[in-house]
Amino acid sequence: MSKDAVPTPIIAGRDAFGQALLELAETCPEMVVLDADVSSSTKTLAFGKKYPSRFFNVGVAEANMADIAGGMATCGLRPVVSTFALFLALKAADQIRNVTCYNNLPVIFAGGYAGLSDSYDGASHQSIADLAVFRALPNMTVVVPGDAAEVKPALEQALRRNGPTYIRLGRNPSPVLFENAPLLETGKIRKLRDGADITLAVCGIPTYMAIQAAALLSERGVEADLLEVSTLKPLDSEQLIASARKTGCVLSIEEHNIIGGLGSAIAEAVAKFAPAKMDFIGIRDRFPESGDYLLLLKKYGISVEDIVKKSLELTRKEKFRGNSKKLAGNIAAG
Amino acid sequence: MNKPAFVRIIPGSILAEKDPNRKAAGIQYLAQESRVDVLDTLHAKGTGHWGGASSAAELLAALYFHGMNIRPQEAKWADRDRLVVSKGHSSAMLYTILAKRGFFPLKEVMATFRQLDSRMQGHPCMNKTPGVEMSTGALGHGLSVALGMALAARVQGRNYWTHVIVGDGCLNEGQTWEGIMAAAKFKPERLVLHIDYNKVQLDGPSAEIMPLDPLPEKLLAFNWNVAPEICDGHSVRSIFAALDWLRAQNRWPSAIIYRTHKGHGVSFMADTARWHGSPVDDESYAKARPELMAELEKLGKAI
Repeated sequence: MSKDAVPTPIIAGRDAFGQALLELAETCPEMVVLDADVSSSTKTLAFGKKYPSRFFNVGVAEANMADIAGGMATCGLRPVVSTFALFLALKAADQIRNVTCYNNLPVIFAGGYAGLSDSYDGASHQSIADLAVFRALPNMTVVVPGDAAEVKPALEQALRRNGPTYIRLGRNPSPVLFENAPLLETGKIRKLRDGADITLAVCGIPTYMAIQAAALLSERGVEADLLEVSTLKPLDSEQLIASARKTGCVLSIEEHNIIGGLGSAIAEAVAKFAPAKMDFIGIRDRFPESGDYLLLLKKYGISVEDIVKKSLELTRKEKFRGNSKKLAGNIAAG
Repeated sequence: MNKPAFVRIIPGSILAEKDPNRKAAGIQYLAQESRVDVLDTLHAKGTGHWGGASSAAELLAALYFHGMNIRPQEAKWADRDRLVVSKGHSSAMLYTILAKRGFFPLKEVMATFRQLDSRMQGHPCMNKTPGVEMSTGALGHGLSVALGMALAARVQGRNYWTHVIVGDGCLNEGQTWEGIMAAAKFKPERLVLHIDYNKVQLDGPSAEIMPLDPLPEKLLAFNWNVAPEICDGHSVRSIFAALDWLRAQNRWPSAIIYRTHKGHGVSFMADTARWHGSPVDDESYAKARPELMAELEKLGKAI
């Protein structure tokens, strides 16, 4: 997809997060923020400068950071723990499991630079297992905002919840989709389009791709039921199952390994309550590499074209040929 | 087997005692009494950790009966002193001391320890057991958690103390050293690291598995305020002296190192990895209990 096709305005999840911390600081005096030497990247720094007594930079020590937050939470504070998603999920996994989740403590983990969004830093920094890890921890709520407008409500609602929350954030500017829409509701699917042919279930940055793909599919006679699943856990099974029963086929779309994330969550629900054909858009169990973010997403199979192609295969209404100039032209035109 | 009964000290009498020497003697007795209770429990249930539990008996008893400001009837009182027992495998001793301090009945510990539907989990669980401040078990978490509690006191303008007990195993974990660095950075008032230094871990002597010496020098090099003497962790009077030192400090964080003995109180179970977590079988129990009882009788005469 050409850059021209990206809707505007575009804002990064991390910038929305940094702004939300500032906006919620006064209404939630119990909120404290911890970061692991990446506050200028994750955008917690502005909060730290304005509220130094409520900000703790613990250095590059994620495990320690997570448990400090756990201890604070037992004393009535509302810690927001921020670093790169990869390091939260895997360097602090034991701490998040054994202290936060086991004790159901109200700690918020904000995983920045998630998915492939730390694109130039390469596979060592790209987070494609965080959703799988956090989804498997009892008591954890897992939220993946689909745009910058969904970040503040996700954070605000997490601050009110008596239990742990993981909020996944991207590094790069991406289209703002829900600025004038109803606020994100944790635990609820947002229906973006009504259709009877295929369920498209998407979370995070690829949401805008799914919106574009659904429009292209419609031009080809395939009407998608488009669901933005911003909460992976607890999953809004009711809406999902109603949709799967209606369409009989589901395509999941996420910026994560196809093992353990949104696709798996959906498959678990669909397999039990509404058996349907499924396919999965995401990283196909491999380590990505360095490069431009959008080109990287495309190379690893997360693009409007991929969504259209897999949708058509799944619905079998039309066999898509990857080199179709006509479709490529349509997609480039947005 | 024949289990001779013994005279139990009345916990309230210890709490009411004004004379520090008499109070220390009372706590010394209570700690030994707790060893008997723990051995009985571990033998009856066929599961649990004797070595690390026995190692911490005097320290736990001294903190709960002397060193901390707590309200067992109001376990969640906001200004209570906190204790995080990072070496969660000493759970049987922790529960036994908490019971004697009034958090729940001792018979509940002895009847339900590590059994289905019990509040007495294999390793401490804060949401199940009154008085337990933090769930522990996986080693190395405690100092970080305690640091968080101590920083919360600072943020909220509270004056409670935060104590954490770690063992050799916790000090093997990198996270503990992250916590040691971070505590020295933030310097939270009234954060105290108590090191139950019994020098034996699950697989063998710490000197073989993962040497920790020189421990005081390491902490000093990390900018901690370290008690000048290694405390005798099985002498309550010695622990009282360490706690007196602590109250006079104004440099934080502070650490006290206690020389203890894993499995202390039973000759053949002491200072050996063999009794880290092995079930107490009938034969060992029959040999061990009289040893504990003999010492208890001796301590009784000193009260």
